[in-house]
Amino acid sequence: MSALAPYLAVFAGRFQLVLQYRAAAAAGFATQLWFGVIRVLIFAAFYAGAARAPMSLGNAITYTWLSQAFLTFLPWGADPDVAAMVRTGAVAYERVRPVDTYAWWYARALAWSAARVAPRAAMLVVFAGVVLPLVGLGAWGLSPPATPMAAALFAVSALGMALLSASVTLMINTIVVATMTDRGANVLTQSFVNLLSGLILPFAFFPDAARPWLRAQPLAGLVDLPFSIYFGAISGWGAAGAIALQFGWTAALILAGRAWLGAAMKRLQVQGG
Amino acid sequence: MSQILVEELSKTYRIAEREAGTLGALKGLFRRRWRTVEALDRVSFRVAEGELVGLIGPNGAGKSTTIKILSGILEPTSGRCEVGGLVPWRQRQRHVARIGVVFGQRTQLWWDLPVREGFDLLRDIYRVPPDRYARVRDELVALLRLERLLAQPVRQLSLGQRMRCEIAAALLHEPPLIFLDEPTIGLDAPSKLAVREFVGQLNKTRGVTVILTTHDMHDIEALAERVIVIGAGKILADGPFEALRAGALAERRLFVDFDGEAPELTGPDVRVIARQGRQLELAFDPARIAAPALIARIVAAHPVDDIHVEEPPIEEVIARFYDLHGAGEA
Repeated sequence: MSALAPYLAVFAGRFQLVLQYRAAAAAGFATQLWFGVIRVLIFAAFYAGAARAPMSLGNAITYTWLSQAFLTFLPWGADPDVAAMVRTGAVAYERVRPVDTYAWWYARALAWSAARVAPRAAMLVVFAGVVLPLVGLGAWGLSPPATPMAAALFAVSALGMALLSASVTLMINTIVVATMTDRGANVLTQSFVNLLSGLILPFAFFPDAARPWLRAQPLAGLVDLPFSIYFGAISGWGAAGAIALQFGWTAALILAGRAWLGAAMKRLQVQGG
Repeated sequence: MSQILVEELSKTYRIAEREAGTLGALKGLFRRRWRTVEALDRVSFRVAEGELVGLIGPNGAGKSTTIKILSGILEPTSGRCEVGGLVPWRQRQRHVARIGVVFGQRTQLWWDLPVREGFDLLRDIYRVPPDRYARVRDELVALLRLERLLAQPVRQLSLGQRMRCEIAAALLHEPPLIFLDEPTIGLDAPSKLAVREFVGQLNKTRGVTVILTTHDMHDIEALAERVIVIGAGKILADGPFEALRAGALAERRLFVDFDGEAPELTGPDVRVIARQGRQLELAFDPARIAAPALIARIVAAHPVDDIHVEEPPIEEVIARFYDLHGAGEA
């Protein structure tokens, strides 16, 4: 038996399980579609009155559809299962497994976000990238990647998004272990993720002086960097650097997060009984 | 050789306290008052391979803390503890691969998965080779009568069914030592009997060491040859249950059915506990008067239909023991 067997098993198990939630996926698609339309209309209104804009309307629309498609990739809070285990004390069972708790929870988090993204992203890409152009609304739809190279780099960067997102989720899990509740941690995370990932507004729209800092911080790798690679705003060495930054931050967060989770487990208190 | 070695083990928690009311809550914003609670206070014991030890004590006495330290979940504040030569919290992964744990109040199987898939997941977690896994699982399924439950999601099982599955889940990797933390809590009588019978068998025929905590004294009576009583973080007694009984509540009960109205019975060596129609329940100390002598005295004075001697219920013995040691819940 391979040393990786437990982690692969929990990834596969959770992925298959979460994929079963069809109603949640359909509801997620409808919601993300609705907000996608609104965000596209806001951009259109803004561009109609703007003398000059930092990115083309087409790119802003593509950025919007991509962010709607990959919305559930983002670390919106603690892993709900982990939060429930901490609340009920079932976290005790996690500690009697012969596995590295960090790697174990990382595999869970990855499976959770991947299984939620898969159906939603597929439906939104089909809608915004295929259906809209077919009915003659291509200008309002998702454009294909700028070049084949951009497509390949985006694929790597999308994997980077997932890995980075899971490492942030594990940080939030650790806060939950330390504080015994997921409420504060989730609210705090949501405001940071909304702003610093570039979800609400692409970094291109921020002041010139702020942009390098925004692009260098860890959450940029969740939205702005990968999508800028997709439509070619970042290309060549710039794209390689952006991907290196994504993976570098992921590695740093994993190392720090694992040490921190270990410390939190030493002070663990098991609720009840 | 001892499988479990515990020496001078202590665990203290720090608990934030606040005064009652809004004012107290506001004060707590600025200055926290901390209280230290000694969950375990220099506890020492040893357990040999193949023993079945019952760990009992009132709520909050430190039983669960002991189990959680022994199973590597919690780190003690001080003291020494080795299980099979490993320090549980330092060599956690190696240690937990060799133990099985059941917490009666929690579930380890995935709620939404059918039992069979939950078992498969545990096979991968414990890296059990597939052929050995299939053999052990089939044995457990037969012993615990799980055939009809395997395809059901865990959330659809009754508590009794789920507990049988939980016990099987803890044994799939054939651990030589298992911790059962209140495995019969909330179960109906047949389920309790099934769990008891299985645990006893496991210990007798397979030589698995069992550490059992429970509040159901019948579990202890049926299973444990050795009982460790914990109260307020200290070990109050460690030995066979009979020794505990002798020390706490040596008296016996005599039930007498009279032919006619039950008479007034008095004496320095006997006490009436209950009167019900023609029946009297009497308590006596066998050290002061032997049962045959007492029976002869009663039969000589009154017409008697039936008579039998019982030991006091085990719950009473334990409650009395806690009282004697001031070990009731704080």
